[in-house]
Amino acid sequence: MGFISRGFHGRPRDEGVKLPPGQYLVHDFPVLSAGPTPRVPLDRWEFAIDTEDGRTHRWSWRELMALPSETPTVDLHCVTKWSKLGTAWKGVSLDTLFADVESSAEYALVYSYGGYTTNLPVEDLLDGKAWIVYEFDGEELAAAHGGPARLLVPHLYLWKSAKWVQGIRLLNEDWPGFWETAGYHNYGDPWREQRYQGD
Amino acid sequence: MTEPAQDSYQDGNALAGPLREIFAVDVTAAGGQCVHCGLTGPVASLRVYGHAPGLVARCPGCDEVVLRLVRGPESAWLDLRGTVSLRIPLPAQGVPDGSEAGPA
Ligand SMILES: [Zn+2]
Repeated sequence: MGFISRGFHGRPRDEGVKLPPGQYLVHDFPVLSAGPTPRVPLDRWEFAIDTEDGRTHRWSWRELMALPSETPTVDLHCVTKWSKLGTAWKGVSLDTLFADVESSAEYALVYSYGGYTTNLPVEDLLDGKAWIVYEFDGEELAAAHGGPARLLVPHLYLWKSAKWVQGIRLLNEDWPGFWETAGYHNYGDPWREQRYQGD
Repeated sequence: MTEPAQDSYQDGNALAGPLREIFAVDVTAAGGQCVHCGLTGPVASLRVYGHAPGLVARCPGCDEVVLRLVRGPESAWLDLRGTVSLRIPLPAQGVPDGSEAGPA
């Protein structure tokens, strides 16, 4: 058993990996949290999409599980500068959840059990760019990583991939979320290094 | 994946260093009131979640956010919207301490 982490010296397969500016590679999965971990029993879990004209589409856990699933493998980039490559998830595409939602709203405010919020344009949730995921690495998603289900929108910094996701509110006006009202960038593209307001 | 046995936070004294950069006084000694539940207590009694993109200080009574502090490379953002007010202890005003010249 080796006690020296190979991570200190990098692995051969890390060479040639292109990361967004200012990021470094990790092989563990750091847990970031801005509050107590919510524990939501599956029989009371619910996901909702609230439209700009007041209609709500709801899914119970059982209904979510009955929808067609996808297994995206994606790279994660956290604004605290770590990146984790090739993470394997299972979940439902937002395209599937939005299929019967009539809306012309341009903005989305994602809200979570526990009170967290984050905002992004609706178009960043569609066309195969975002999922509600409930498995990581072949196992049910642990509460520490946002289980039972979290948003996964990997082309933006990871704070946009809201843990413990509860719903998405569609809005005609942009409504900045938890970190977006405290100095972080409104959009958060890691490849343009949009960490803070004004970046 | 293993889960931590309990949520990981520090007490409000963890705010002393980061807030000293902004304020001339030690704000952790200030008394504050939570907007959400009305609980009063020193800033040092808050629960500070720091494994995050910023420091998030929550009320020990109701877990709601009382204070947030984000430190960017060139700016800090301080959000006190969860605080009714802060009572900051200061040296008594107008008491001559002998170091300044008296009235002419
Ligand atoms: Zn409170």
